[in-house]
Amino acid sequence: MRKSIALGTSAIVAIAGFAYAEGHMASDMTLVSWGGAYQASQQKAYVEPYVANNPGVTAVWDESSSEAVAKLRAMNEAGNVTWDVVDVVAADAIRLCDEGLAMEIDHDEILAPGDDGSSATDDFGDLIVSDCFVPQIVYSTTFGYRDDLVGDTPPTSVCDVYDLEAYPGMRSLERNPIANLEWALICDGVDIADVYDVLETEEGQDRAFAKLDTIKDNVIWWSAGADTPQLLADGEIVMGSTYNGRLFSLIEEQDQPVSMLWDWQMFDLDGWIIPAGLSPEREARALDFLRFATDTQRLADQAKYISYGPARASSAPLVSTHAELGIEMAPHMPTDPANSQNTFLFNYEWWADYRDDLDAKFQAWLAQ
Amino acid sequence: MTDANGTIVAADGRPLKASLNRALRREKMRAFLLILPLLAFVMLSFIAPIFDMLFRSVQDDITSRTLPQTVIALDDWDYEGTEIPSEAVYEALYYDMFFAAEAKKHTALGSRLNYETTGMSSLFRQTGRSLDDMGEDVIEAMEDASEALDDSAFWASIFLTQDSSAGSNAAAARAWASSIADMELRLPAGAYLSDAAAETLPNAARQYAAFAMFTHSVDEDVPAEEDPWESVWLALAEDLTAGDLSYDGVGAEELAAVQAAVTAPMADFTYTAAFLDQDEDWADREVIGTIKTFSSPYTAGYFLTAVDLELTPAGAQAVDEDVQIYITLFWRTLWMSMTITFSCILLGYPIAWLMANLPDRKANLIMILVLLPFWTSLLVRTSAWKVLLQQQGVINDTLVWIGLVGDGSRLALINNATGTIIAMTHILLPFMILPLYSVMKGIPPSYLRAAKSLGATDWTAFWRVYFPQSVPGIGAGCILVFILSIGYYITPEIVGGTKGVFISNRIAFHISSSLNWGLAAALGSILLVVVLGLYWAYDRIVGIDNVKLGG
Repeated sequence: MRKSIALGTSAIVAIAGFAYAEGHMASDMTLVSWGGAYQASQQKAYVEPYVANNPGVTAVWDESSSEAVAKLRAMNEAGNVTWDVVDVVAADAIRLCDEGLAMEIDHDEILAPGDDGSSATDDFGDLIVSDCFVPQIVYSTTFGYRDDLVGDTPPTSVCDVYDLEAYPGMRSLERNPIANLEWALICDGVDIADVYDVLETEEGQDRAFAKLDTIKDNVIWWSAGADTPQLLADGEIVMGSTYNGRLFSLIEEQDQPVSMLWDWQMFDLDGWIIPAGLSPEREARALDFLRFATDTQRLADQAKYISYGPARASSAPLVSTHAELGIEMAPHMPTDPANSQNTFLFNYEWWADYRDDLDAKFQAWLAQ
Repeated sequence: MTDANGTIVAADGRPLKASLNRALRREKMRAFLLILPLLAFVMLSFIAPIFDMLFRSVQDDITSRTLPQTVIALDDWDYEGTEIPSEAVYEALYYDMFFAAEAKKHTALGSRLNYETTGMSSLFRQTGRSLDDMGEDVIEAMEDASEALDDSAFWASIFLTQDSSAGSNAAAARAWASSIADMELRLPAGAYLSDAAAETLPNAARQYAAFAMFTHSVDEDVPAEEDPWESVWLALAEDLTAGDLSYDGVGAEELAAVQAAVTAPMADFTYTAAFLDQDEDWADREVIGTIKTFSSPYTAGYFLTAVDLELTPAGAQAVDEDVQIYITLFWRTLWMSMTITFSCILLGYPIAWLMANLPDRKANLIMILVLLPFWTSLLVRTSAWKVLLQQQGVINDTLVWIGLVGDGSRLALINNATGTIIAMTHILLPFMILPLYSVMKGIPPSYLRAAKSLGATDWTAFWRVYFPQSVPGIGAGCILVFILSIGYYITPEIVGGTKGVFISNRIAFHISSSLNWGLAAALGSILLVVVLGLYWAYDRIVGIDNVKLGG
């Protein structure tokens, strides 16, 4: 099997690099992303320069990333996959890889080496969480709070979310067990290193839900990333969790009286996959685009438009200023040393196992 | 005209009856052809997908397809007993899993079984990665004993032949491998599985055949140029240690040398130990029991889950109280839909009455006001309700300003059942008003005047004369509103918070997030049956003839 993998890989390389010259690549590609400011940043940082380098190539967007897994499965069953490169969160990439819906990729062969000479696998490091996944950005789910509603002592710890006396009012949390259960345990005194061990046990889960019970009546549960920024802007909540890029645009671009609380932000990854079963021409085009769009400079460029951290270590020094506001972007990155004193990374493998079970518990708990 | 037999005939001499029938048939054909496009469209885009979806709620062949031998071997294992499964089960599991891992089908099975037992997903994923290392000692001993085994062509020369009279197309191996790979596999054209090898080295021959088919059909490579998988090596070791070697074809000498070398390491190797070394969960009764329980191609499991039960090796039983949710959601969906329908009647009836009785100009103005929101995007309307209903929203601000509620005790009108009922009543109101209006338009105003002239009070005239005639409109409106609301999902998702979401929100979750399409299909089927049941009850109580969409 080891040998056959090696052989298979060399076949992919042949397709990517040598056997298919420019003329054998499809000239259209369909990229899938999340829409909004994020997709716009990809359009500016990746697609526009790529199309400029490759005249004659057209790229269209499909804003379907939130349902990418289900749609890819349906396309695969129908035998007609119409997407070429798909932007998904890492957990979805793992699911797609497990289901055989995404193509396995040899990162060192397919992707460009880092500008500092490191190999792609070293440059991305631990962020390659699946054989099918090419990481693109590191984002985090973290809290923002209203400056005018928190009194003289703004919150400094994620556990202040649980402090109804010091910070009365509503909070918003994601309608999803992920991150909420971890935060609940951390604030209940569990050491970060033991969080998942505790959460594996029935008692640990009860403990997390008991902690959440203490604020249950004061929580608005969100399901779309835009909810918390809107609730904060309306003064509907005192503090709430959402993606750090949303908070950045709320604070810096829309100038709302809101501040970031980076304590125990939960890192997550977003990146690309290529669907399994594309024709050789389309696959060659997709791989060519992927190699370009995930090189060191391109990933650093994306940070000009949105405050998500580039997934390559070699991109970090190249992060410059915001394209319109002109402010330094580095201090707004979730990976900035000042922001990342207390962080944890979403444990993909663990959640792949426990998600079905804990989600059922979480939903039942919400309904009570 | 009549012919000799006295039958009436048409002008062309055929019997009139036949001639008429023919003309009618042509008419019918033409009518049928006219509706054919619609019929085909409805069949293809509506009926077929619904049946496909319904079928998914009971179909569950992934376990029996991906682990065919294991499922058969597990027949003898008793869940109630204390024994772990026999070595034969783990042996079957090894070969099934190995091939499934090559075909990348094992992780999909892991995700499927993880719906039932937490941990199966990573168990399958991790075991899939470590299958190469199982029996490492045995394979190393074989490599040391004969260099010939490192030559791919040597393997092909033992197991494959070009002589169709000395070989077969390996039907059993083909069925097994095709089942796991979920596609038709076959040996390269002109290559046959050697009968001599199949007889004396049965396990290895079968595994090699599967390897060769996969290499040919999926990787599109030549088997004789590819190194066989570890599973083929282990199968060969097994054959060589099963007894005296009666194989005397190509490479018999090398195999004899391998046999001598492999006996000792094989004595130390068991499939059971290999799996348990990888993960002790492979001895877990629940894990094996789950595989056994979901090994038939059809299951009631999804339907049981959809009503807060679970299928276990010991039969169906209720799930823990802290994960029960579906019954609650079904009830909530029903009572909230009824509340919404009722509020639509309360609000819609007077408006429809006004529209039916005002002069046309004014009635048209109201009609436009009714239809205007109807033409606005659903999402915009729902989001507008957010702005109105939230605690810092327009309604609460106004109430605080008037002084009806204190600033500290603003009303919670959104992110709960109240929010869903308000927003959905507004969104579905036109579906109540329009049938009501068209029925009321058909009630002659002279009836009311006649009742009054005979001495009825306003109320009696309305209640005894007017209202009964408007009931068919109420019936039509109720059916429309109720059936639409029972399947609504976007509005409850946005304004429903946790206490105001419907069963359809869970269906959407299982379709797009958890990928548990079987469960989503079962929930959808139950919803469909409930609606049909209510429709039947409505027909029995009110009578479906008593429903009118127009006067």
